[in-house]
Amino acid sequence: MLSIKNLCVSIEGKEILNGINLEINPGEVHAIMGPNGSGKSTLANVLAGKEEYEITDGEIYYLGENLLELSPEDRARKGIFLSFQYPVEIPGVPMINFLKTAVNEHRKFKGEKPLTAGEFLKLMREKKQLVEMDTELTNRSVNEGFSGGEKKKNEIFQMALLQPRLAILDETDSGLDIDALKTVAHGVNALRSPENSTIVVTHYQRLLDYIVPDHVHVLYKGRIVKSAGKELAFELEEKGYDWIKKENEE
Amino acid sequence: MSVLTDNTDLTLRLAGHFREAEALLASGSPELMNLPRKKAFQDFIAQGIPTRKSENYKYTNLQPAFAREYHFLHQRPKIDFKPGEIFRCDVPQLDTHLVILLNGWYYEENSPLACLPEGVFLGSLEEAARKYPELVAQHYGSLAETVADPLVALNTALARDGYFLYVPKNIRIEKPIQIINLLLADNDAYVTQRNLVVAEPGAEVKLILCDHTLNLNNYLNNSVTEIFIDENASVDYYTIQNQHNQSASVNSVYIRQMENSHVTTNTISLHGGLIRNNLKVIIDGENSEANVYGMTFLDRKQHVDNFTQIVHAKPHCQSNQLYKNVLEEESSGAFTGQIYVMRDAQKINAYQRNNNLLLTDKALMQTKPQLIIEADDVKCSHGATIGQIDEEALFYLRARGIEEKQARLMLMNAFAYEVIRQVKVEPLRDRINELIEKRLRGEISRCHECAYHCNC
Repeated sequence: MLSIKNLCVSIEGKEILNGINLEINPGEVHAIMGPNGSGKSTLANVLAGKEEYEITDGEIYYLGENLLELSPEDRARKGIFLSFQYPVEIPGVPMINFLKTAVNEHRKFKGEKPLTAGEFLKLMREKKQLVEMDTELTNRSVNEGFSGGEKKKNEIFQMALLQPRLAILDETDSGLDIDALKTVAHGVNALRSPENSTIVVTHYQRLLDYIVPDHVHVLYKGRIVKSAGKELAFELEEKGYDWIKKENEE
Repeated sequence: MSVLTDNTDLTLRLAGHFREAEALLASGSPELMNLPRKKAFQDFIAQGIPTRKSENYKYTNLQPAFAREYHFLHQRPKIDFKPGEIFRCDVPQLDTHLVILLNGWYYEENSPLACLPEGVFLGSLEEAARKYPELVAQHYGSLAETVADPLVALNTALARDGYFLYVPKNIRIEKPIQIINLLLADNDAYVTQRNLVVAEPGAEVKLILCDHTLNLNNYLNNSVTEIFIDENASVDYYTIQNQHNQSASVNSVYIRQMENSHVTTNTISLHGGLIRNNLKVIIDGENSEANVYGMTFLDRKQHVDNFTQIVHAKPHCQSNQLYKNVLEEESSGAFTGQIYVMRDAQKINAYQRNNNLLLTDKALMQTKPQLIIEADDVKCSHGATIGQIDEEALFYLRARGIEEKQARLMLMNAFAYEVIRQVKVEPLRDRINELIEKRLRGEISRCHECAYHCNC
């Protein structure tokens, strides 16, 4: 589904990613872990198409297509979804307009008819239950005045509405208490299928108790320095990132 | 055709014109409009057409607009068509008392009175000056001082007609009154319009003004409106400006409000070549509130200048000002907002904000807040920002599959929302939102080319 080869990325002349290689097959869950500043969020943002990054080398293929040639909106409509680490507040853009526009842009892309207001509200009601999203929140502007946990729930709610092929969860666990974490994880798990893949970017192992990965990769200084099964996450939790740092300094 | 470029020459040209037209102006007009003409004209000559050296007009160059040759429309136009037939107001869901003014003249076949509460007058100012000479004389020219602004002086010297609205004591007019100002002349035309609104104690009225041009001739429109709001009265005054890019318009609105009164103005400028909006609110009674809002969209070489003055003359009052501009291409905008709190006006809350979205390198915004505070127990604040589209928000929308162009529109709409939500007439608010959407998509920029599909 996703094939990343020797990806090198810099921002304002500073190299952040330094030769990433990663293969993701349909149905797989990959966790990307690593200490702060290792390039995890950069990788997530580059996949979603954020433009301020400069791709200096390498390639990314998604469903056989050169991803780097696609605009962020085309990537989204082809099934890539980024759950943001810091979802932005957009006062004045009502949640409902935003969600309806997003859903209908996806439908238009697939050659489907736009949903009517009634159909959309029905869909929204159904998906809201999945992450216990408060109706009061969907009556506000996008993320406006949402707590940290509500913002993350809102990301997964959007994911449920848009049904992506490849979901990238960027530090979705940060700022969540244990109940919210469970709710969010439940939402993510409910959306899993043999056709869909997930990249879970996280600093801690905690989230991986609930979203169990098939593969765990450790990112350090812009490179994947270790890849293994889910047991790697436990090892990291136990030994901390110093272990990785030490191994790579030598 | 000789082209005059010097403002002194242009002022003299107008002086010559005034002398020629003086008899004509006087012959058809009621006495109370004729009385101030001579002095007004002297005041105009003394001040001259403002140059950019004039402190109050430093951001707006009126010289090119005055340099053109215009026909003056000093006589009631002969209309051989029904304005309602060539102008379709595209607001089907907006139920209003609707009247039309053509080139500054009240259109005689308007007949709003049948539907308005008894005692209310809505009609031609010229006619009102004959019917209600005392009422009109008491107010006419008492706020719009000819010594303070040359455009007001020129308006007073040339004024023939406009609308007059009188709402007697304790009358509440539920449905908004919609006044459509149409510009449609055979030649390039200079238009003078003079309006008067009197809301007696406890009266309530909402006014919607729509300014339009119906063909591509050059227009210079100089209008003055005086609004008197007596105690416990409430006036909402919404203006929607949609004129073509060769038109120039100076609109001066003067408001005086008394105890426990309430006024809201909202000026939405969708299109216009050059627009200058002067707004002065004198809060002359305790426990009163003035809300003054404006939203402007500019592109190409358009220029819009909002110049406001809020005078707090009495204690225990509140004023809010919020003006926003979205500037594209080579457009330019200006905002000057003055809050003047007089010595005895204690316990005042006066707020002012001006936010601007600059979408190109060539667009220009000038903003100048002014606070003059002579009282010592007041809360006043002002703030101005000039910024670009929030790239983080743009990426967020695009990352959900929303086309970049559409995402930008959503963000511009969101920027305007804070002003638009202040429009309390819900169907009007919805309609304005639609118009803004169309405006931002570029769909009404050419509406002047077609008289039949004008948007209100």
